[in-house]
Amino acid sequence: MADHLIEVRNLSVDFHTAQGTVHAVRNVSWHLDKGETLAILGESGSGKSVSASAIMNLIDMPPGEITSGKVLFDGRDLLEMSSSERRKINGSRIAMIFQDPLSHLNPVYTVGWQIAEIMTAHGMPAEKARTRTLELMKRVKIPDAENKIDSYPHQFSGGQRQRLMIAMALALKPDILIADEPTTALDVTVQAQVLSLLEELQEETGMGMLLITHDLGVVAEAADRVVVMNSGEIVETGTANEVYHTPKHPYTKKLISAVPGTGKMTDPLATGIEPILQINGLTKHFGGFVAVDDASLTVLPGETVAIVGESGSGKSTLAKTLLRLEDASSGSALYLGRDLVTMPSDELFALRRDIQMVFQDPTQSLNPRMSVFQIISEAFEIHPDILPKPQWKNRVRELLELVGLEASHMHRHPHQFSGGQRQRIAIARALAMEPKLIICDEAVSALDVSIQAQVIDLLVKLQEELDVSYLFIAHDLPLVRDFAHRVVVMQGGKIVEQGPVAQIFDDPQEDYTKGLMAAGLSPDPEIQADRRRARAELLETTI
Amino acid sequence: MEMAEQKTAIVADAPHPVAQTLRMLWRDKFALAAAVFLLIVLLSALFGPALLEGVATKTNLRGRNAPPFDFSQPWYLWLGGDALGRPLLARIIVAAQNTMAVAVGAVLCSLAIGTTLGMIAGYTSRMASQVIMRLADVIMSFPSLLLAVIVLYMLPPSVFNLIIVLAITRIPVYLRTSRAEVLEVRERMFVQAAKVMGASSGRIIFRHLLPVILPTLVTIATLDFALVVLVESALSFLGIGIQPPEITWGLMVSQGRAYLTTAWWLSFWPGLAIILTTLSLNLLANWLRTALDPVQRWRLEIAVKKNG
Amino acid sequence: MKKFLWKRAVASAISLICLIILVFFLSRLTGDPTDLFLPETATQEARDNYRRVHGLDQPLVSQFFRYVTDLVQLNFGESVRRAEPAIDPVLRGFAWTLQLATVTMALVTLAAITLGSLAAFHVGGFFDRVATFFSLMGASAPDFWIAIIAIVVFSVGLGWLPTSGTGSVWHWIMPVAVLFIRPFGLILQVVRGSMITALNSAYVKTARAKGVENRPIIFVHALRNALLPVITVIGDQTAAILNGAVIVETIFGFPGVGKLMIDSILQRDFNVILAAIMVTAFAIFILNIMIDLLYAVLDPRIRY
Repeated sequence: MADHLIEVRNLSVDFHTAQGTVHAVRNVSWHLDKGETLAILGESGSGKSVSASAIMNLIDMPPGEITSGKVLFDGRDLLEMSSSERRKINGSRIAMIFQDPLSHLNPVYTVGWQIAEIMTAHGMPAEKARTRTLELMKRVKIPDAENKIDSYPHQFSGGQRQRLMIAMALALKPDILIADEPTTALDVTVQAQVLSLLEELQEETGMGMLLITHDLGVVAEAADRVVVMNSGEIVETGTANEVYHTPKHPYTKKLISAVPGTGKMTDPLATGIEPILQINGLTKHFGGFVAVDDASLTVLPGETVAIVGESGSGKSTLAKTLLRLEDASSGSALYLGRDLVTMPSDELFALRRDIQMVFQDPTQSLNPRMSVFQIISEAFEIHPDILPKPQWKNRVRELLELVGLEASHMHRHPHQFSGGQRQRIAIARALAMEPKLIICDEAVSALDVSIQAQVIDLLVKLQEELDVSYLFIAHDLPLVRDFAHRVVVMQGGKIVEQGPVAQIFDDPQEDYTKGLMAAGLSPDPEIQADRRRARAELLETTI
Repeated sequence: MEMAEQKTAIVADAPHPVAQTLRMLWRDKFALAAAVFLLIVLLSALFGPALLEGVATKTNLRGRNAPPFDFSQPWYLWLGGDALGRPLLARIIVAAQNTMAVAVGAVLCSLAIGTTLGMIAGYTSRMASQVIMRLADVIMSFPSLLLAVIVLYMLPPSVFNLIIVLAITRIPVYLRTSRAEVLEVRERMFVQAAKVMGASSGRIIFRHLLPVILPTLVTIATLDFALVVLVESALSFLGIGIQPPEITWGLMVSQGRAYLTTAWWLSFWPGLAIILTTLSLNLLANWLRTALDPVQRWRLEIAVKKNG
Repeated sequence: MKKFLWKRAVASAISLICLIILVFFLSRLTGDPTDLFLPETATQEARDNYRRVHGLDQPLVSQFFRYVTDLVQLNFGESVRRAEPAIDPVLRGFAWTLQLATVTMALVTLAAITLGSLAAFHVGGFFDRVATFFSLMGASAPDFWIAIIAIVVFSVGLGWLPTSGTGSVWHWIMPVAVLFIRPFGLILQVVRGSMITALNSAYVKTARAKGVENRPIIFVHALRNALLPVITVIGDQTAAILNGAVIVETIFGFPGVGKLMIDSILQRDFNVILAAIMVTAFAIFILNIMIDLLYAVLDPRIRY
C-alpha cells in the first residue's frame, strides 16, 4: 500500500468564485506505480486536471483552497512541504507537459535556453546543461538539433514544440511525468507520433506517467489503468480494457456510447438528382501560396458532404470562398445553376438566405452584447421579406424550441449559456434564414464528446425535417463517419479523394487517406493494442 | 478555465442595467465618492454662475487676501478672499463652468471625430486608412501644448477656440484606439456571421463593432477628461488660455502665484479643485474599466452579494 | 531591416512635410506676418524694409517655395531677437532638454518597472496599493500647481533647494521630481497590467512546473514579455518631454527648448520656433526608430 510511486488520498479542492464556492474536486483518491500509465478521463469541468495542479503546486490560493486530503510522494505529504522544498521536486522528480505547447513555451527565449533552464534551476552548471539539452533534442527527434537549439518556439511546428516540451520535462529523468491533454491541439498523424514517443521514453526510463485527457482514443492507446471523473468526483476506476468493455457507472456508459465512429454508416443518396451546389476547379491564392488548388465537388439537396483534412489543408478557406468572405482566384461554384464566385452583390444578398454558416467556436460567433432574441431576429431585420415584424417573437420561440432550447431564454445573453447551448443558438440563427445549404466549419470541434453527439443528432434531425444540405468541415474522420453521406479528403489545398462514406472508410484508395485512418485512435484498447502491434511489425519489416 | 465552463450553464436573468450599475457603484466607495464629487462640480458648473456671479465678482478692499477658515464670515468667505477681496469659494464655483465647458466640449468633439475617423480607417479601404493614419501622425508629432500656444496666440482665446484646439490634439488617441479595436473585432466570428447573413457595412459598424469598442472608448474619454482639465489649466496658467475677467481654475492658480509666500490659499484652493476633479475622474475611469469588462465585472458584483 | 528603416523614413517625411505646410500657412494666413514679427511700434519704413528682405511682398506661392528651399538646405534664418542663426539657441536648449528627459525617464523607467512588477506579483497586496495610489496621483496632478507649491515649501519655506537655474545637482531635483510624476504614474499602471497578464500566462505556469524560483519567474520570464507594451508608453512619454516640458522649464527657469519656444512665441521670433519644431520632430523620429529596434531586440518574433 505504501509502495506506490505517488498517491493522492481524499483530495478536495474548492474555488471561491463570483457565483459562490465551486467544489472542483471532492474526495478524490488514486495512485500511480513505477512504469505505469494512469489516465484521468473527463470532460471539461470534470476537475480532471485539478489533482495534477495540486501535485505541482500550481493552484492559485486564493481563489483556490485545498480543503482536505494528502498527496503522498516518497512517504511524505507534498501538501505539507514548504514551497522551496516543492520547487526542488518540481521539474526534477515530477515533471509536467501541457496542452498547447506554443503558449506554454516562453516566446522571447530560445528553446535551448528554456530546456537548459530546468537543469540550471536545479543546480547543473550551464555548460553541462547545454550539452545535455542537445542530447535531449536529438533524443526527441528534432531534426538539425545543433542549429535549432538557438531558435525560438515560433520557429517550430506544433508537433515539434510538444517534443521540445517533452525533452524539457524529461531532462532530469523524473520519476513521474504528468501529461495534461498532451496531444489535443495536434493533428491526428502528429498525435500518433507524440504518443508513441512518450511510450518509448517511458519504457527507457521506467517513469510513471499520469495522462490527463478527454479522449477515449488516447486512453486506449496509452493507458494501463483509467480513472473516470465527472463533476469533481471519481465515478469509475479500472484497467483501460475493463472500463471500456464493462463500464459500470451510467456516466461512463454514456461517455463511451457518445464516441463517434461506431454507428451504422449512411447510404449514399439516389443519383440523378440535380445538385444544389456544384464546385468546379475552385482555386484560391494568397500571394504565391495556393490555399485551395483546383477543388471540384457537388452537394445534392438533403445531402451531407463532409470535407476532412488536417490543419493547412485548405478546407476552411474553401468554405470562406463559397460564402464570399474571401474572393476565389479562379474556378466556379454553381448554386442552382448560378455562379457564386462571380455573382454581383445585389444578387448575392438575396442568395445569402439560402446558404448559411455555423462557425467553430460558438463563444466567438455570437455577439456578446446582443440577447438571443436580437441575435436570431437579426436575420429578419436584414431580410425583411422573411417575416413581418409582429411575428418575429413567435418565430424565435419556434426556432429555439426546434433546436432544443427553452423559448423563455430568448432575453438572455450568450455568456449565460454553456458551449453546447451556444452552438444551438448559432444553429437557430442560421435556420432563421430558412437556408437550403448550411456550411458547418468545425461546428462541433470545440465541444465535449457527449455534447458533440447531441449537436450532431440535432443536425441530423433538422435535415430530416427541413431537407437542408450540409457541407460539414472537420479535422476528425470518425466524427463524420456516422452521419455524412459522402466524404471529401483534402490535403495541402488539394482534394485527394472523395466518395460515399462507406467507400472512404472501408476501402480508401489513396495513401494519405489510409494514413489518416491508421493514425486515428479507436476507443477500444484491444483494437489499439492490435494496431500498435501491426505498427511495430511494419517497422521491423521495413528495417 | 474549466471551472468557468461548468459555471456558465444558465445564470439567472440579470437585473435592470441602471439598477445594476448603481449597485456596482455603491459597492466601490472610492468610485462613489468620486461620482458624488463630480456631480457637485457639474451642478456648480451649471448653476454656479447664475446664482453666485454677483458675489464672486464683488471686490472688497477690506477683505484683501482674507485668510481661510474664518467661520464668523459668510460661507463663501470660508476659504478666504483673493487679492481684491473676492470670495475664493464663490469664485471656484463660478470658474467651474468655464473649466467644465472646455473639458466636456473638447472630449466630446475629439471622441466623436476620432472614433468616426478611426472606424473608417479600420473598416474601409487601405487608402483611406493610410491618409487618416498619416494625419494622426502629423497631429501626434506636433507638441500639443505648443500647437495650442501658437493657435491661441493667433486666434482670440475664447472657450470655443480652446475647445477646437484641445479637441484636435486629442483626436489621435481615439482614432488609433478605435482603429486598432476595429481591426481586431472585425475578424471575430460574429462579424463574419453577420456578413454571411448579408448585413450591410452600416449595420456591421453600428450593431456589431461600435457596441463592442464603446466601453474602451468611454474609459479613455474619462481619463482624457482629466487630462484636458489639466491642459486647460496649464494654458490658463501660462496666460494663453481664457483671459480675465473670465475665470478658470488654472487662471486663479496663476493669479495667486504672486502672493504665494504671503497668501498661499489663493493658489492652493483652485489647485485643489483641479486635483480633486482629475482624481475623481481617474477613480471613475478605473471603476468603469472594471464595470464595463464582462470578465472583470464579478469583482464588483460579488461584493454586492456579500453586502446583502 | 534596411527596408524597414526606409519605410519609416518615408512615413516620417510625409508627416514632416505636412507639418511644414501647416506651420507655413498657420503663420502666413492668420494675419500679416510683419505684425507678428515686428513690434507694434515699428515704423512703416521698417515694415516695408522687413517685407522686402524676407520676400513677403512676393506672391504666396513663391514665398512658400522660398521657405521650402531654405528648409531643405537646413537654413532656418536668423533669430529676430538674438544676433545669431535661429538654429543655435535651439540646439543649446535642446541639449538641456535632452539631459532633463534622459535623467527623468531613466529614473521613471527604473522605478515604475520595479514597483509595477512587485505590485503585479501580489494583486491587492502592499506594493499593489502603493502602486495604485501613485499611478492615480500621477495621472491627476496638475504639474504647474505641484511645481509652485514645491517652490513655496522647499525653496521659500525650508530653503533647501534653489528656485531656478541649472548650476548644481540641487537645481535639478525639483524639475526632475515634478516631471517624474505623470510618466511614473502612467508607466506604472501599464507595467502592472501587463505584468499581471504575463504572470497569468501559460509559460509562467511551465516555469513553475520546472521548479524555477519566484525572482527569475518575475524578472526573467514575465518581465521581458510584459515590457513590450511598456516601451511604447515610455517612448511616448519621452517624446512628450522632448517636445518641450514647457510648464516645468518655465516655472523653474530651466533653459530648455520648451522655455525657448514659449519665449520665442511671446517675442514673435518665428524662425526660432520653426527651427525648434524641426529639431524636436527629428529627435522624435530618431526616438521612434530606437523604440522599434528595442521591440525587435526584446521580441524575437518581430523581424523587420
